[in-house]
Amino acid sequence: MSKYLVNLKINNMPIAVEEGTTILDAAKKLNFRIPTLCHHPDLTVAGNCRVCVVEVKGAKLLAAACATPVSEGMEVFTNSEKVRIARKHIVELLLSEHNSDCTKCYKNGNCELQELASEYRIGDHVFLDLVRPESKIQDISSPSIVKDDSKCIRCQRCVRTCTELQGVSALAVVHKGDQQKISTFLNKPLNEVVCTNCGQCINRCPTGALTERNYIEEVWNAIYDPSKFVVVQTAPATRIALGEDLGIPVGERVTGKMVAALKKLGFNKVLDTDFTADLTIMEEGTELLTRLKRALVDKDETVVLPMMTSCSPGWIKFQEHIFPELLDNLSTCKSPQQMFGAVAKTYYADKINIKAQDMVVVSIMPCTAKKFECERPEMRDSGYQDVDYVLTTRELSMMIRQAGIDFCKLEEDHYDSILGESSGAAVIFGATGGVMEAALRTAYEIVTGREVPFTNLNIQPVRGMEGIKDASIKIKNVKPEWSFLEGVDLNVAIAHGLANARQLMEKVKSGEANYHFIEIMGCPGGCLGGGGQPIPTSPEIRKKRAEAIYEEDAGMPIRKSHENPEIVEIYKQFLGEPLSHKSHDLLHTHYKPRHRY
Amino acid sequence: MLTTETLVKELVEKNGRTRNSLMPVLQGIVREQNYLSDEAMICVAKELDLSAADVYGTASFYSFLDTIPRGKNIIRICKTITCHMQGKDDIVNALSNALKIKIGETTHDKKFTLLTTNCLGWCHKGPVMLVNDEVYPELTPQKALEIIEEYAKKTVI
Repeated sequence: MSKYLVNLKINNMPIAVEEGTTILDAAKKLNFRIPTLCHHPDLTVAGNCRVCVVEVKGAKLLAAACATPVSEGMEVFTNSEKVRIARKHIVELLLSEHNSDCTKCYKNGNCELQELASEYRIGDHVFLDLVRPESKIQDISSPSIVKDDSKCIRCQRCVRTCTELQGVSALAVVHKGDQQKISTFLNKPLNEVVCTNCGQCINRCPTGALTERNYIEEVWNAIYDPSKFVVVQTAPATRIALGEDLGIPVGERVTGKMVAALKKLGFNKVLDTDFTADLTIMEEGTELLTRLKRALVDKDETVVLPMMTSCSPGWIKFQEHIFPELLDNLSTCKSPQQMFGAVAKTYYADKINIKAQDMVVVSIMPCTAKKFECERPEMRDSGYQDVDYVLTTRELSMMIRQAGIDFCKLEEDHYDSILGESSGAAVIFGATGGVMEAALRTAYEIVTGREVPFTNLNIQPVRGMEGIKDASIKIKNVKPEWSFLEGVDLNVAIAHGLANARQLMEKVKSGEANYHFIEIMGCPGGCLGGGGQPIPTSPEIRKKRAEAIYEEDAGMPIRKSHENPEIVEIYKQFLGEPLSHKSHDLLHTHYKPRHRY
Repeated sequence: MLTTETLVKELVEKNGRTRNSLMPVLQGIVREQNYLSDEAMICVAKELDLSAADVYGTASFYSFLDTIPRGKNIIRICKTITCHMQGKDDIVNALSNALKIKIGETTHDKKFTLLTTNCLGWCHKGPVMLVNDEVYPELTPQKALEIIEEYAKKTVI
């Protein structure tokens, strides 16, 4: 249905926009940028920071451009004298309640408030400094997220993120007036409340109030320590986003440059989480087929379906808190990061003749929840902490800058072997629907002996940014040993963002949904929109990152996990077969219910 | 006395299991228990399917929803400018001395909590205080003490 067009003028330039458009968006169409802080393309309108105020002819008060829809005949001025003065005061007022110790701030150089202060040439404080000394005590209880209330300007993006996108509401606005703050339940430390460590709040915080707990110094120390053999693994979604922080346009793949940079930083071996993503598919695909067999053939009533993926540690913790009754649905497979750690400190350490205790495993992840995951007590099956440090994509870009590496000019390099080879199926783990697609490419072939019936192996129905997707694949002409699957419609569902996951879980719980296999990724868009990815994020940016991921997949010589020669090799030499005793020891885990409130 | 859990369940039953009932449920708890304990807030979150932080956010926003234990009787003295000019400090001092507590504190016997409040809308008859839901205008220190004396007598802990 077409909407009415509304005619208005912005800075004397006429424009017609659809009814309901905000002044902010209308101005954008005319290429006038109006500054914003509380506004975010992923979130509902708040209109509380006021920096987007504009003058509307005939109106007594300035209007917040992000929250004011256009009207017929409106005349807007985005940079009048009145607007400039007001905006400057607003920024000054925000700064009066902000700990402006920018040189010491982790977000120095990547802070929307700092940029605005610089744009408006804010000088000496005009207003009294109202930062409370007690607000400067940071909450560093979480292994993933650091909360610093003294930097908070109460724009509430984090609160909206946690509620609207993630359905968790770990953070809320509490108290009022000059006491107002963003807080957990009873202001408890983040590690004690229902927080999934997803880090989506960090991605949207315009200041340094929410940042990742960084382990940059620890990793440098390990690199400089001659007694340590430091191996690094890189998650699928890092290679399509790292460039954004280092002067490369969004959506450009930087796999080779990233490998080159990691080698220059001094890691002893640069290896790939994609290898263990392939390993995950072998284990998880087999687990799914085994569960189906037990349910359909053995009529085993203890088998729990739908099986759900377990790669996303934010999702896992969410499930442990919110739906503990569905923990048996989760695949017992560890995430690729943790499989890598366990294999690196056993199989790989033996191969290269390094003692596990001398090995340090560092992960480059698009994720902050991975920092929590690597510290879980279950993740020590090698006899040591399997993964020692997790750095986000952002932290890696910081290290690359610290090392003075001109990233754009780097020659592309290749992953080391072994544990460096991977398939296209592994790289799409970084996008919502990717684990599903990778699993189907392998499972379908195991069962039928043929490739999945989709052009170029691209299983389009499971791709895309829709919050919850489902698909059904008919399994036909199976191999004799899988005859029980003949003619079965394999029903799958995919959700990304925990608010969507919650909706899907409610359906599973009520029995309304009839799925065999469900993929959940905790973050919007999947790992490519993870809490550790370059800031900013938006639907548009995530779309470009997803395109890059599928390009990377299409360009890989091997597209299916089971065809990765290093995977074939590790089963032959070390693991035996998927779900073997050794696999269970090293690659599988269990989950524990956590408090819901 | 009802356990917190039963109380919350009853209130939710009465007001409905939606987010809209959050306020009446919280008010109901304060009526019965004088404040919102951590346990009570968690019960409400559970019953209304909200996050505990969300409940705490609402509870901490309103001055008349306390999240720390309060006495049986809550005295709120108007601190706004008109009452201030009409001698609010004398009232505060008189009550503070008599009850041996400062603003924000609760007496040992849990009979009284002494608070200040923003304007009660009785500027023409200040200074004014509120004891529970009752307004007492045109106070003098003497008058305030007598009123509190009455409450002390009839309050059984």
